[in-house]
Order: sequence, then structure tokens, then C-alpha cells
Amino acid sequence: MYQYDAYDRALVFERVAQFRDQVERFIAGDLSEEEFLPLRLQNGLYLQKHAYMLRVAIPYGTLSAEQMRTLASIARDYDRGYGHFTTRQNLQFNWIELHQVPDILERLAQVDMHAIQTSGNCVRNITTEAFAGVAADELLDPRPLAEILRQWSTINPEFLFLPRKFKIAICSAREDRAAIMMHDIGLYLYRDDQGEMLLRVMVGGGLGRTPILGLQIREGLPWRHLLSYVEAVLRVYNRHGRRDNKYKARIKILVKALGIDAFSQEVEEEWQYLRDGPAQLTDAEYARVASAFVPPAYASLSDTSLAYGTELADNPGFARWVSRNVMPHKVAGYASVVLSTKPGISAPPGDVSAPQMEAVAEWAERFGFGEIRIAHEQNIVLPDVPKEHLHAVWRLACEHGLGAANIGLLTDIIACPGGDFCALANAKSIPIAQAIQQRFDNLDYLHDLGDISLNISGCINACGHHHIGNIGILGVDKNGSEWYQITLGGAQGKHSSLGKVIGPSFSAAEIPDVIERVISTFVRYRESEERFVDTVQRIGLEPFKEQVYAEQPA
Amino acid sequence: MNNLLKLEQGQARLVADDPWVLVRDEVPEGAALILPLASYAPGHGVWLGPDDEVELLQPWLATLPLIALDFPSFRDGRAYSQAYLLRTRMGWRGELRAIGDVLRDQLSHMRQCGFDAFAVRADKSAEDALKGLAGMSVQYGRSVIEPRPLFRRR
Ligand code: HEM
Ligand code: SF4
Repeated sequence: MYQYDAYDRALVFERVAQFRDQVERFIAGDLSEEEFLPLRLQNGLYLQKHAYMLRVAIPYGTLSAEQMRTLASIARDYDRGYGHFTTRQNLQFNWIELHQVPDILERLAQVDMHAIQTSGNCVRNITTEAFAGVAADELLDPRPLAEILRQWSTINPEFLFLPRKFKIAICSAREDRAAIMMHDIGLYLYRDDQGEMLLRVMVGGGLGRTPILGLQIREGLPWRHLLSYVEAVLRVYNRHGRRDNKYKARIKILVKALGIDAFSQEVEEEWQYLRDGPAQLTDAEYARVASAFVPPAYASLSDTSLAYGTELADNPGFARWVSRNVMPHKVAGYASVVLSTKPGISAPPGDVSAPQMEAVAEWAERFGFGEIRIAHEQNIVLPDVPKEHLHAVWRLACEHGLGAANIGLLTDIIACPGGDFCALANAKSIPIAQAIQQRFDNLDYLHDLGDISLNISGCINACGHHHIGNIGILGVDKNGSEWYQITLGGAQGKHSSLGKVIGPSFSAAEIPDVIERVISTFVRYRESEERFVDTVQRIGLEPFKEQVYAEQPA
Repeated sequence: MNNLLKLEQGQARLVADDPWVLVRDEVPEGAALILPLASYAPGHGVWLGPDDEVELLQPWLATLPLIALDFPSFRDGRAYSQAYLLRTRMGWRGELRAIGDVLRDQLSHMRQCGFDAFAVRADKSAEDALKGLAGMSVQYGRSVIEPRPLFRRR
């Protein structure tokens, strides 16, 4: 993974000192609440319902074992012993004291981490997929360009007070596991016939109040122009994006207002001034950064292991876990393991305790190369595990509550913090997730149902990505009480689509029954091994509506 | 007193005798006025709001004594891009003054984007704001005063 040099390190430490001074001035009353707000947001600090929340960046989802241990130590020393992994490859601490934040940031800086621009109206953490560099279907490793973008966008003085937040994701595999269509800029990296690295650029995607999938503005952009092109997009957006209404301030609204053609023409015009200037990337810089992402020293292993094969045959629980939580690897004899943070009632989706973090760090060192990834589905990935060790990893994961065999299944729920933490919430998310997990606790049945994504957001801001869940649940407010609206048919990846509302909303208590009726409708109409989302697309919403809203026998 | 900080040859100083009078809406009188774009008159300085297109100034650049860019709120970042365009694309070399909600914690960003004079908000101490001018020693990306990104300097 990327190794900080003296520049990178100086920047994070100076930033800590700067923020320490700002916190002191705020506490002393020299900075008003209003003046302090964007400063703390750009250092990852939110004010939630009960306490401050600190969002730590995990750039493109990659962590070392040492960094994970540091997160554990912060959870233990400054929080209530756990942290929460988010859908944008960040980690949130929910119970933070303002005056301790500079010390926490300093501890992060010591292991080359920061919370810079994890919030605020600026370019946020650059994300990519959790299997970057190891996925069997990967075309190119997107991480060097992600790191180059991270550096370029960090404290870029012209773009710190944009109309609204700005999220960039990059991916380069056959499957889009980074949800690039849902980002302000989505980048797809590929090679042409001559081997040249090119980018497809999408703009204007986003969820929230106005969910829109990104539109393509550029095909075949040579990689050297990545920074100048993004700069052109940002300058057009900074100058012309709406600032009068925060709900209309994302770039997607500007793109929609101008139309994609007029917007891309503006960008192209701006870009003509920049394209061959000093922002043009050099081979030397690419090589410098890419050298940090060279594959580790993989052993040459046989792709089949006798011990592994025997365990698979003898142990159905293990086999079930392998079928869901183990992903194919580029290198023969290796696999990537997904540790589920969705055990059900024992912990909310994405929550990981300090002892669990430490255990994961230890496994990453013992079985892999000391590297850990965070998936945007809020799970933890061990990217490089020899197949012969999968059984041992599974046993340990189960002992530590990270062994649920449910990746991609109905209980692998993505949920925002919701009303338990978030001041903007209409409704709680976590208890809904747990009630559904409790209702569907039969693993055999879940495995038979196959791939189903279920996403919950506590309000229209859509932090839980409910629009792109096969089943989406949105918290709404009805005369001051908490209700939930259901959407069906959303999907992420290359075939992204936005779910459609099935009808009037439900109370919290009704939700497990409603989901059960949705699922039983699916089972009734499903053809052979069809996936849930395909069934919905084939038969439409009507059969589901009929079943869900039918008079139930008393 | 305009509560003004100025950069001259890279040195920042507090300016006690700044002659310029910022005219926001009343009818102007006297010399050395900084006028809104709509009522611009030759010989005076001009200020632009974030909605104004900087490109409109092109014909006057040779004779303008001063350009000011307004931050109606420090959270409105359009003047950063305006400053970039004036300095980098339009070649403005004269004084570029930040006016409005100009605060210590944004001064280094303004400086990076090419401002060289800073009329700090009246209720704040310009002396204190001076501490915000330097910013950090590392800049990854590029800016008006350092057009080469760090990867060309590393
Ligand atoms: C209490 C803390 C949080 C607050 C106050 C908050 C606030 C918001 C707001 C206001 C938006 C809508 C922005 C817009 O569309 O303009 C939003 C969107 C979003 N948030 Fe959060 N959020 C919080 C926690 C989280 C968490 C924990 C996650 C991840 C699990 C998350 C991930 C996202 C994502 C992915 C979006 C959608 C972005 C898009 O529209 O492209 N947020 N959040
Ligand atoms: S979706 Fe709404 S309730 Fe959930 S975290 Fe985001 S802002 Fe809060």
C-alpha cells in the first residue's frame, strides 16, 4: 500500500497543529459556531444527536494491520470501544469529546492517517472497490490513480468551498463494485488495444433527495489528463453550481439544468486551457505511486489444496461460508475473504469492536500480507488468504462474531446510523435492520433465496443507499411518528437502477412481515435460480403490491 | 481603516494608510473608490460579486488600478476560481483584494489563489488574521502562486 514520504507526513502533522489551534480558539470563543463549522467538517468532525462524531478517511478502503490497531486504540481510549464502517470506506467514531479530537488526529497522523475532507463541501475521500489489486476480474489496479487523486484534492485551495460535497470513485473491473454511477464523478479505467490507459468519465450521479445515475461526458481520456480534466469539471461546478438551496447544490442539478451536452462543452472549453499544462501527469509520478501497489510476494501455490477440499466436503457450515464470503483471487491458491459485520441482533451493521479490530489485524498479518480492506457494503476484507488457511480464518471469524455466512444475502443489510445517532433522521434504521435479521435467521433459507441487497436510510439523504437496494427502506415522518417506505428493484453495479416505491408506508412493527411477504412473492414467481432483482424486473411491481397490501387474515 | 493586510514581495504587512474606499451601494463621491461592476467609472477600482463574470473585465485590465473580489460569505468559494482566472488566464498583475467575509482561517487559500491584499472583516483583528496567511508548508495540487503540482517538485 501507499507509503507516506516526508511531504505526506508533514502535511498531516501540520494539519493536526492547525486544527488544534482552531479547536482552542473555538473553545475560547474567538471563533463563532458558524466560523468553526466548515473547519471542523473539513477535519471530519460532525455534531450528532448526542455527541461529536469523527469520520476517519480510509483512502480507497485500504488499511494496514498497524493502522487497524490504531483505530482500535482510539475506539478504546476515546470512544465506547467500537467504531462504525461506512458505505464510503470511512470509519466513524460516534462518541467523541471535542477537546480530545486533536489528540486523536495526532494518533492517526502517527500511522499515516487523517480525517481531512471526510465531510464538508469539498472533494471527499476517493473510493474504489474493496478488491482492487486482487479481484480475478480486474482489468487494472485503480489504486495508483486513486492515490494521485487523493493527494491532488487534499487541501486544494480553489476547491474547498464548493457549492456542496463532491465524491469521486474509480473502478477498473468487469463488475462495478465501487458504485461509480452514484458519484459526482465516476471514473472507469481501462486499456485500449495499444495498451494505453484510458478513462471513461461520468458526472452527476448521486443519491439523496434527487437520485440520479451519472452520465458519461468523456470516453477515452488518456490517464495523464486525469487531474486537468477533474480540475476543469470542478472549476465549472464551483463557478456555476447553485448555492441558493443546499438541496439543489450538487453537481447533478447543474448537469441536469444545463443538459449533459452543454455541460460537457463547458468542461471541454475549460479543459483546453489546462490539458497540456503542468497538471499533466508524468510517467515518473505514476511509477512512484504505483510502486507502492506492486503485488506482494505471493507464494506459488497450487490452486487446489487437499486439506481445503476435505474441509469443504466435511463441513457444510464452512462450505456455506465459502460459497458466500470467499471471493476469487488473481493469484492461484489465494482467495479474498469477506468478514461480515452483519451478525444480526448482536451488533448493528458496520459496527466493529476494538477487540475485533485487533483480531482482524492479527489475521491480516498471520494469513496475509498485513493488509485489510473495507468494502462499501460496510464489511471487512482480508485480500490475500491462501486457500489452505481459509478454514482457520473461518473458525476464528466465527469465534469473534465476524463469521456470518451472509455476504450478498438478505441479512447483509446496509443501514445508515439513523435516528439512534443522526440529528437529521426521520426514523431509526438499526432496529429495523435487526428486526429483519432476526426474522430471517434461517441460513439455509437465506442461501436458497440467493443474492438480495437490502438498504435502509433513516431519511431522504440516502446515506444507506436505499434507492439502489433490491429492497430499499426509507424512514419517513408522518405527523411526528416514524414510518417506512419500501422500494423494489434498485440495483448497483454495471446495471444500476433506482428502485420504485410500492405504495403507502408502514410502521416499524409491520416491516418484518412486509419483507416476508415480499420474499414469499419472490419465491412464488421465481424461475429456477433467478435472482430477486431479475424476478422483480421480469414480473414488475404489481404481484408484490398485491401480496404486500392484501388484507391479511386476522 | 480598512483592516487591510497586503503581500509585497512575499512579505505580509498591516496597512494603516490604505486610501481606497469600498462603495457597496451608495452613490460614490471622491477619489480612490472601489466601485461595483455595474457603476464602474474609469480611474477607480472595481469589485466583483461572485455572480459577476470576470471575463467582463478584460477590456479594462490595462488601466484598472485595483480589482477586489467579494466573499458575501466565507463559505462561498466562487471568488477562488475568479481569482484563478484573473491571475492565470487573464494575466492580471495588479492588486487583487479580498473583501467581505474575509477571515483568518481562509487567508492562506486566498493567497494560494492569487490574492495579495486582504480586507479582513471589520470586527476581526487584522493582526490576528496575519497568522492565517502562511498556511501549510506542503501543497499537493497546484495553485496560482505555485503552478507546478507537488509531483513536479517532489
Ligand atoms: C450522523 C451522521 C451523518 C450525517 C449528518 C449525514 C448527512 C448526510 C447528508 C445531509 C446527505 C445528503 C447530501 C446530499 O445529497 O446533498 C448524506 C448523503 C450520504 N451519506 Fe451521510 N450522513 C451521516 C452518516 C453517514 C454514514 C454513517 C454513511 C455511511 C454508512 C453515510 C454515507 C452517505 C452516502 C453514501 C450519501 C449519499 C451520497 C450521495 O448522494 O451521493 N453518511 N449524508
Ligand atoms: S440517511 Fe438521514 S438519517 Fe441516515 S445518516 Fe443520513 S442523514 Fe442521518
